[in-house]
Amino acid sequence: MLSRVAETLYWTARYVERAENVARLVNVNNLLLMDLPRGVSPGWEPLVDIIGHRELYEELHEEFPEKHVIKFLTVDGRNPSSILNSLLYARDNTRTVREVMPRQVWEAVNSLYHYVKENPHECLSKRGRFVFLKHVVESVHMIFGALDATINHDQGYTFIRFGSLLERADMTSRIIDVRSATLIDSPDGAPFENIQWISVLRSLSAYQMYRQQMGVRVKAEDVLQFMLKSETFPRSVTFCLKQLKRLNQDLPNNTQMVERIEHSIDELANQEVTQLKGSALHDYIDELQIDLADIHQQLAEQYFLH
Amino acid sequence: MAFDWRDYPSQQLYDELVDEQGRPRPCGHTLANFLAGLSEQELATARSSAEYAIKEMGITFTVYGEGSSIDRAWPIDIIPRIICHSEWKGIEAGLKQRVEALNLFIDDLYHKQQIIKDGVFPADLLKKSVNFRPQCVGIKPPHGIWAHICGSDLVRDGQGTMFVLEDNLRVPSGVSYMLENRSVMKRVFPELFEQVSVLPVNDYPSQLFDMLCAMTPRPQDTPEVVVLTPGVYNSAYFEHCYLAQEMGCELVEGRDLMVDDNDIVYMKTVFGRRRVDVIYRRIDDLFLDPEAFNPESQLGVPGLMRAWRSGNVALVNAPGAGVADDKVVYAYVPDIIRYYLGEDAKIPNVETYRCYEPDAFNYVTENIDKLVVKPANESGGYGLLIGPRSTKKQQQECIERIKADPRNFIAQPTLSLSTVPTLDGNSIEGRHVDLRPFILSSGHQTHVTTGGLTRVALVKGSLVVNSSQGGGSKDTWIVEEEGR
Repeated sequence: MLSRVAETLYWTARYVERAENVARLVNVNNLLLMDLPRGVSPGWEPLVDIIGHRELYEELHEEFPEKHVIKFLTVDGRNPSSILNSLLYARDNTRTVREVMPRQVWEAVNSLYHYVKENPHECLSKRGRFVFLKHVVESVHMIFGALDATINHDQGYTFIRFGSLLERADMTSRIIDVRSATLIDSPDGAPFENIQWISVLRSLSAYQMYRQQMGVRVKAEDVLQFMLKSETFPRSVTFCLKQLKRLNQDLPNNTQMVERIEHSIDELANQEVTQLKGSALHDYIDELQIDLADIHQQLAEQYFLH
Repeated sequence: MAFDWRDYPSQQLYDELVDEQGRPRPCGHTLANFLAGLSEQELATARSSAEYAIKEMGITFTVYGEGSSIDRAWPIDIIPRIICHSEWKGIEAGLKQRVEALNLFIDDLYHKQQIIKDGVFPADLLKKSVNFRPQCVGIKPPHGIWAHICGSDLVRDGQGTMFVLEDNLRVPSGVSYMLENRSVMKRVFPELFEQVSVLPVNDYPSQLFDMLCAMTPRPQDTPEVVVLTPGVYNSAYFEHCYLAQEMGCELVEGRDLMVDDNDIVYMKTVFGRRRVDVIYRRIDDLFLDPEAFNPESQLGVPGLMRAWRSGNVALVNAPGAGVADDKVVYAYVPDIIRYYLGEDAKIPNVETYRCYEPDAFNYVTENIDKLVVKPANESGGYGLLIGPRSTKKQQQECIERIKADPRNFIAQPTLSLSTVPTLDGNSIEGRHVDLRPFILSSGHQTHVTTGGLTRVALVKGSLVVNSSQGGGSKDTWIVEEEGR
């Protein structure tokens, strides 16, 4: 496997995964806001923080009305993490590795990109939004499903899985970070805390699984525990890290990488997350994100082209 | 019957399927009758199923300067072009002869230059050749082969005679489309393949791979063969992917390769370095190695020429092979064949005026409205003047360009190229075609593709077949004579 191809596959998976995560994020916030009275609601602003582009956003807009934020997150060509751009990068990447990509996968990425590009009005209208976002999420599931079922499960696929898992862990940590900040700092919102945490779970497609694993009540501590430490939920940070470690065992020259990931897993296991509140939680998530960035860095140095 | 060949407007041109009276030619009865039996509706269905297959199979080509949309669907006309096997055997032999002589010629130019010493080829022409690479002088590539893959363009004139129009010896492209055209046609008219015995074309990728393997500098080991592409923005990127996929070898870019201090070529993999033995390069000479050629090149691999000179890697085609891919050299090919092989050319050249010869120059300037003028070293139809289809102003500008650099131009009479029935809207009309077969040379064996890529000028009366300029393509069928 060429280093360049490995790197391209890794980034393709990250971008496709990102498109799905952003789509889900927008959809869930959309539904949540319908449940919250005006004034209590944190609105759309936190989503800009979740994807980490506040500065860029503020260059473009002064306020955070639904119209602008949704456009920014989904179909805005100026936001490098918008669904449109994630899919554009994924498509460009897929094209350069067309010889290793199953034809069906290339076609699916290609047509999803065109769908998003050609239907921005659907996404921006309140009525069309749900169907639009659902289509993005489902198409991404189809892409990963087709990959799993039709590509050789060799190193190339390992790098695809890698990209997808790291992106997931990253997004989970971002959502926890931003959501806990906006919830904890607004005591007025207390009566609605429960439904907001439910929406956090929903934005990670985690609600149903949480209920199965953690019981009926949705409590902040339990949500943190579940999102960070579940060994069975595929979007929890611990789950992603463990998968990464397992995948790494198939790669050449992996000792350092495996040790690095094990270290992060141990750190997380030893951290009592239910007790974390306010700035302590924020600092901890910061550390966790640095850890994830570090894993990416090490992967790139070990296997990618430079 | 939905269509009567007697109504087919053949415009007094030579049509390859039917004669002037609308009677099918010897190998064309079944196809002609089959087409005549199709209703308009059936034709339209066949065409849309071809379009669907092309889109679904992702057969594309790239056009420069179209902004962000860099892929276009490959245009295929669904009516195949037929050539009798008996005629094809002669063409095949002629192509082999031609490529054999050209390889001897190139090898001679980079060594003794005997052909110049013997006064057959003018020294002056070589001096002014833009594709002669002094860096290649004295190098002995495996088996003395420089042009491993040659794509020669053939045309048929108004009398039905086949001529060679040019030889492409640098990085000829189009073979993937020849192969894909056949797979599309099998989906569109499966029943026709039962009625007509069409010789298969799909041997090419294995023959190509065998030829590449035969060039390895380390015959004791399984050779590592790679396809080197300039990248996704190249017009032939689809083909690079396609061939790499078909041969099961890596598609690499320049940045994936490196040459170490011992002049060995490696590719960078997730396992670390891996030695490369044979490079099927689809990058032009001048971008191949910034150490030896264009120092600005981002596409190439520094040190590649060192590695090749040391015999540690095979480059296919060899750098410098383009010296014979020059429209002025073309004019000498019949002499070159006679000189090296002692034979007459089996396929004739089109009559060619070499503008640097004073008599020819005068003739060309006086008759420019009747001639086709071509620059010596452009491809893709760029810089071409078709006399009868040009304005006085264009002709005058062309004469000025020739005056400024006569070595760089040739002129040929405007041939009334043959036509082949082609679908235009709902009607079947004749359109001009050419043919590009591909010839593989390994030194031990020479293979010619069964047929080749037929390119067709889709615009009525047009002679421009290049896909970059609105041309299309057809599946080419080499068929056995029918017993009628």
